[in-house]
Amino acid sequence: MNILQKFYKTIPIIIGHSSLTNIIFFTDKKFLLSTLFFVKNHINLQYRLLTCISGVNIYDKNYKYQVVYELLSIKFNNRLRIKIPLEEFQMVPSSTFIFSCANWWEREVWDMYGIIFKNHPNLRRILTDYGFDGFPLLKSFPLVGYNELKYNFKTKKMNYTLVQLSHEYRNFSFKSPW
Amino acid sequence: MKTEVIKKLKSFTVNFGPQHPAAHGVLRLILELSGEFVLKADPHIGLLHRGTEKLIENKNFLQALPYFDRLDYVSMMAQEHVYSMAVEKLSNITVPRRAQFIRVIFLEITRLLNHLLAIGCHAMDVGAMTPFLWCFEEREKLIEFYERVSGARMHAAYIRPGGVSSDLPLGFLDDLYIFLKQFSVRVSELNEILTSNRIWKNRLVDVGYISYREALELGFSGVMLRGSGIAWDLRYNQPYETYSELDFEIPVGINGDCYDRYLVRVEEMLQSIKIIYQAMNLIELGEIKSTDFKNVNPSRFDMKNNMESLIHHFKYFSENIWVPAGEVYMASEAPKGEFGVYLISNGTNKPYRCKIKAPGFNHLQALDFMSQNALLADVVTIIGTLDIVFGEIDR
Repeated sequence: MNILQKFYKTIPIIIGHSSLTNIIFFTDKKFLLSTLFFVKNHINLQYRLLTCISGVNIYDKNYKYQVVYELLSIKFNNRLRIKIPLEEFQMVPSSTFIFSCANWWEREVWDMYGIIFKNHPNLRRILTDYGFDGFPLLKSFPLVGYNELKYNFKTKKMNYTLVQLSHEYRNFSFKSPW
Repeated sequence: MKTEVIKKLKSFTVNFGPQHPAAHGVLRLILELSGEFVLKADPHIGLLHRGTEKLIENKNFLQALPYFDRLDYVSMMAQEHVYSMAVEKLSNITVPRRAQFIRVIFLEITRLLNHLLAIGCHAMDVGAMTPFLWCFEEREKLIEFYERVSGARMHAAYIRPGGVSSDLPLGFLDDLYIFLKQFSVRVSELNEILTSNRIWKNRLVDVGYISYREALELGFSGVMLRGSGIAWDLRYNQPYETYSELDFEIPVGINGDCYDRYLVRVEEMLQSIKIIYQAMNLIELGEIKSTDFKNVNPSRFDMKNNMESLIHHFKYFSENIWVPAGEVYMASEAPKGEFGVYLISNGTNKPYRCKIKAPGFNHLQALDFMSQNALLADVVTIIGTLDIVFGEIDR
């Protein structure tokens, strides 16, 4: 608990939570870069390793997305999770200049959620196909998607066509047993 | 006229993969070359993207488990295990000691499987065919151990939330002992053919150098971090299961080049053998999964003879468990590095979000940095030492 109270003095934390080996807090996107720089370089913190950045599409009255930074301090054997709440059409500053491995993780979040990272050196899609449209990990994106790739024997080419299922995708809800 | 054009050309672009045998699957690499020197390497990934994270969000907690086998398809159980740990942590399931030791044994078998493939394929990329064949012979034997406990050679779905799916078959540990006895000889054979081999050293020493600072900056984990001299192993630093009771050492490289990482991998195999021996001595009789049948399925015998168990069985395999709302990041030392699962539950029987942190993702994005001013042939060595598998990178 001690360490989080120290954080409260230096970082503008919205909500925080800590255990022995893990610290979690929300902060605003305005303070993201300075927070990351601070926790990376402060001699008593040294969260030098950015493990991953993940996006979450979570509905709350104040935000629609979260961008979650998972950091690891090898020196003090401690993990830190920084969360940035975001509304729709808001941008996050890119942390590529602080952690160079943030590059691909940010590209992935952009690819999957459509969250734009400001000043990112190369914000291209990474996991989906060339020319893909839409953001697949949004809850509004259907599991089967919109397009499927088919081979056309006449033209000997691959074409995108609209998905046609022989029966509807069945989503079992277990809220009620029968 | 023609020679003038060639003189003006300073750099040119080469497409490496996605069907190049040294690309380890489906890596498409766009290399900008100046002569034989690499100026820039731009990996294009995603050719094996199957939308695992999206699929997991639409399955219940048990149905999501087999997807983890299919991520990094050379170290299957290590990933099921992380996911199982995450579910256990969220829903407060305690794992019995026998199950923990079974898990440790299989995690180390998985490590052997992975390192055998890593070293074998790395050697083949560099030009040595023999170690590859030897490694695959041993891998086949190890895969048979997988088959004996789960019925599947690769995609085992053996480690499940709450324990393991079934007990070890009769005589399993005896056979594992016989295997390990001969396996250490196989490792020393591998050592003999590669470690002091002149060609192997020519290709590996001082190639793909990564310093201590750079390794941290690039977000490395596992062997890639230890090869650069950072003694960081989650089995030791953040112990899970029964690793805190076992005695093993963490091999660390000095120079941070490909050759050091190869040596670290070989030494880790020897340490794995040591761990399996200890786990075999310490393993005790008892339950193989939690006895709270709201969270795990009852045994087959109970299910056939007991109405209560039949109901539990039915509920478990149709509806599965309702995990309390919360979030957790669990990571373990998978053979390739830190494999993490960031699991968010909203209190239903389906994961709300399951982020998979694959070690290979961070390693592959360092390829551009590592191959700066390297020769084209060295790029192959570096891809080999990164030990990448596209199942986990593309997810």
